[in-house]
Amino acid sequence: MGEFSVIGKRNLKYDWFAKLTGAARYTDDLKLPRMIYGRLLRSPYPHARILHIDASRAQALPGVFAVVTGNELPVQYGILPSSQDETALAIDKVRYMGEAVAGVAAIDEWTAEDACNLIEVIYEPLQPIMTIDDALDSDAEKIHAWNDKGNIHKDVELVFGNVEEGFAQADYVREDEFWFEGNTHVPMENHAVLANYEPTGRLTVWSSTQTPHYLHRELSKALELPPSRIRVIVPPVGGGFGGKSEAFSHEVVAPVLSRKSGRPVLIGLSREEVFYCHRGRHPVKMWVKTGVKRDGSITAMHFKSILDGGAYGSYGVATTYYTGALNTLPYNVPRYRFEGKRVFTNKPPCGPKRGHGTVQPRFAIECQLDKIAEALELDPADMRMRNAVQPNSWTVNHLRVTSCGLKEAIETAVERSGWREKRRALPAGKGIGLAGSVYLSGAGLPIYWNPLPHSGAQIKVDRSGGITVYCGTSDIGQDSDSMLAYVVAEELGVDVADVRLVTGDTDLAPVDLGSYSSRVTFMAGNAAKRAAEKLKKQLFEAAADAMSVPVDKLAAAGGIIYFVEDTSKQVRFAQAAQYAEKMYGTLGATGSYTPPKLAGKYKGAGVGPSPAYTFTCCIAEVEVDLETGILEVKKLTVGHDLGRAINPVVCEGQIEGGMYMGYGEAVVEEQIFRKGLHKQPSLLEYKIPTSLDMPELEAHIVETIDPEGPFGAKEVGQGPLAPVIPAIANAVYHAIGIRFDSTPITADKIMRALEAKRKGATLLPRIASAE
Amino acid sequence: MKQLMELRINGEAHQVAFEPYKTLLEVLREDLDLTGTKHGCELGECGACSVLIDGDAVMSCIYLAIEAGDKEITTVEGLADRGDPTALQRAFARTGGAQCGYCTPGMLMSGTALLQRNQQPTRDDIKEALAGNLCRCTGYTKIFEAVELAAEELRDTDEQRRAG
Repeated sequence: MGEFSVIGKRNLKYDWFAKLTGAARYTDDLKLPRMIYGRLLRSPYPHARILHIDASRAQALPGVFAVVTGNELPVQYGILPSSQDETALAIDKVRYMGEAVAGVAAIDEWTAEDACNLIEVIYEPLQPIMTIDDALDSDAEKIHAWNDKGNIHKDVELVFGNVEEGFAQADYVREDEFWFEGNTHVPMENHAVLANYEPTGRLTVWSSTQTPHYLHRELSKALELPPSRIRVIVPPVGGGFGGKSEAFSHEVVAPVLSRKSGRPVLIGLSREEVFYCHRGRHPVKMWVKTGVKRDGSITAMHFKSILDGGAYGSYGVATTYYTGALNTLPYNVPRYRFEGKRVFTNKPPCGPKRGHGTVQPRFAIECQLDKIAEALELDPADMRMRNAVQPNSWTVNHLRVTSCGLKEAIETAVERSGWREKRRALPAGKGIGLAGSVYLSGAGLPIYWNPLPHSGAQIKVDRSGGITVYCGTSDIGQDSDSMLAYVVAEELGVDVADVRLVTGDTDLAPVDLGSYSSRVTFMAGNAAKRAAEKLKKQLFEAAADAMSVPVDKLAAAGGIIYFVEDTSKQVRFAQAAQYAEKMYGTLGATGSYTPPKLAGKYKGAGVGPSPAYTFTCCIAEVEVDLETGILEVKKLTVGHDLGRAINPVVCEGQIEGGMYMGYGEAVVEEQIFRKGLHKQPSLLEYKIPTSLDMPELEAHIVETIDPEGPFGAKEVGQGPLAPVIPAIANAVYHAIGIRFDSTPITADKIMRALEAKRKGATLLPRIASAE
Repeated sequence: MKQLMELRINGEAHQVAFEPYKTLLEVLREDLDLTGTKHGCELGECGACSVLIDGDAVMSCIYLAIEAGDKEITTVEGLADRGDPTALQRAFARTGGAQCGYCTPGMLMSGTALLQRNQQPTRDDIKEALAGNLCRCTGYTKIFEAVELAAEELRDTDEQRRAG
């Protein structure tokens, strides 16, 4: 028998049967008696004053139960305390095309849609601000009247050590500009909400949200209802990737429509509307200057970013800091300066997408390191190995590193991909490229300041031996439910099938801050483990007493609690539960997790600290058709240090999913606009990779057994995405000798660059932050 | 005006009244409460709504329900006969082919249609058969592996049947 009976095994997922038989009911699958349907009217202009709204004809349409407009929901809210800049429905002004202006509830969706079309809105169109350059123009119309910095939302600067001194010590210094195009999450499930307001003043909201606790808080504020009267329930969520992490208009409007109509109201967004919800990857313009010694070791880095934020704050202040915070990892950067800026534009708000704000700078830095390695005639893998941060160290910007498997991740990817041979031997048109990266295992600080635990779990054991775990986590497909079941089953030595879960319910389960920043395994896993440890202690004490053996000589596995020196002395788990209930009364325990206080003493230090970091290396193999410019990514190999794999099947799935998403961002995905209009608000126009497009994926788990993670586990959901994009860009350079310093690297860009190269152009291609 | 029709779904006859402009997806989900069939676009772009019509995988969001009168319709709910999952469903469970699960019913229907006509699919056959089903979570690899695993099991079962 190995060290564990559940952890590390290729167990079935907790919800496998429901998800494979159609039994899993997502938000939009729910139906309540007397339920009616809501729709939102959305702005056709990117920037306009609202002069007049008349909803009387909609109200009069047969089948319409309720209509709501902006002036009925005046309270401003927002996910960050510093960005309370949204209302559920636009008041006086619309700031992006697709912004919600009014809501209707009717007997069916057709009627609701017809009613929306009967609402008369008179707009006075304003000049839209569509680019970073537009936004930096001090004469431009202000998108937000309150903003005393024009259309600059946030401007930050952090300095750690003397970078000029570092550049002076360097043997080689280079500056490069990069552009990372915006893109969006595209969860397969469109956002949906079902709200039931009872006249007693209690509101229940079922929503496809990643962050039930934050939604709970935002709803309380926007609806001016005490939070104790609001219950948020999260049915299975059909993917999030960051796109369902804050309150959206439909989530605030549905409760109002329910209150006004006296009926439960379901709003299911269309795919087009999901593109307008966005909160996805910020387009970012970047400048980076790095100095290195002849051996490739970094002496200093100066990094500047400008983020195109879209119309509202969202998570944008955090995103801005994230474009700087993790740049001192996974390589030693002894001196570091960061300047970040976020601007408002008349586009759907940007926010967090998988890898939140760290993916764009990682693209820039890893591409630049490739250029540096070439200039110094170093192998890109060796150069990264030389600069790799050490376990149990601190970065110059006060990030604490505990376990670190970057070197193992690089070695794994190098070995498995055949890097060294291929790097030398590939013919023109074929290339291999490499990049490394780092990510958090949960943000060290919550979104709103509070000293409370980030995650809580409660476990009940009944006399049948049945175990129920209550935890406020939201399973968005990353298998956080399975994780809880495995952790508790391992700790209590029972079969996973004996564990039941109550998750994603703010009435029934203790708070977990949500499925963002890759925090759930680390934080909720630790909370659940601690609750299980307390119960185990009671069960062992009662079992030891019943068997007359010393309590410290007991172990639990396979549904049995046994004496380790004589395994014939044993009790079944259910029997032990009865002994314990007799001894202690009804059995239950709670556990919670609060990250250690790690933030440095400077403004902005709250973004970046995490109880543990994961480290990744990706190697990409590509083939470029020199005639057509068509880029084919043949294979991606990733080594990812995740601490410990709670279930390798799930971990591999997360790594592969991250590789897939990074691949899409590298080669095709872009959320772009023309004359204020979204160019591609559908799945035919906004391309995401299909089964036919996919490169071969090789996901390798690297384990470092983190000292603070549950059973040594860190994160796996987000980290593996980031290095894929620069690895592909570096491989394309290796194939055709042309640098692509902007994403996505599409066939037409390659074609134009190849043509220009044939004509003898030297600087290729230009970085442009096009509209 | 609603029209009364009989639809054969998962081997059962259903009398159902619906407006003739309704898609099969809408009738399944809204009128018959068969919500296992999902929708990600309702424009025939994502494949989440795939069902089998006379054994072929079809996107129910662009198929009018009135066209299905004389057809045999199978949805994800009809795969597990009396609670017993099919080889493909079991294979998805083993390889971890479902993450968020939203594309899964459509994947299962396209995969089932493939395995009904080809029990020795190559990786390219599988990619081709699933090309109309978008997945945003898995990177498809574990889905390909599930179809291969199920094909293997189906071939073994066939061999045993012939041997026995």
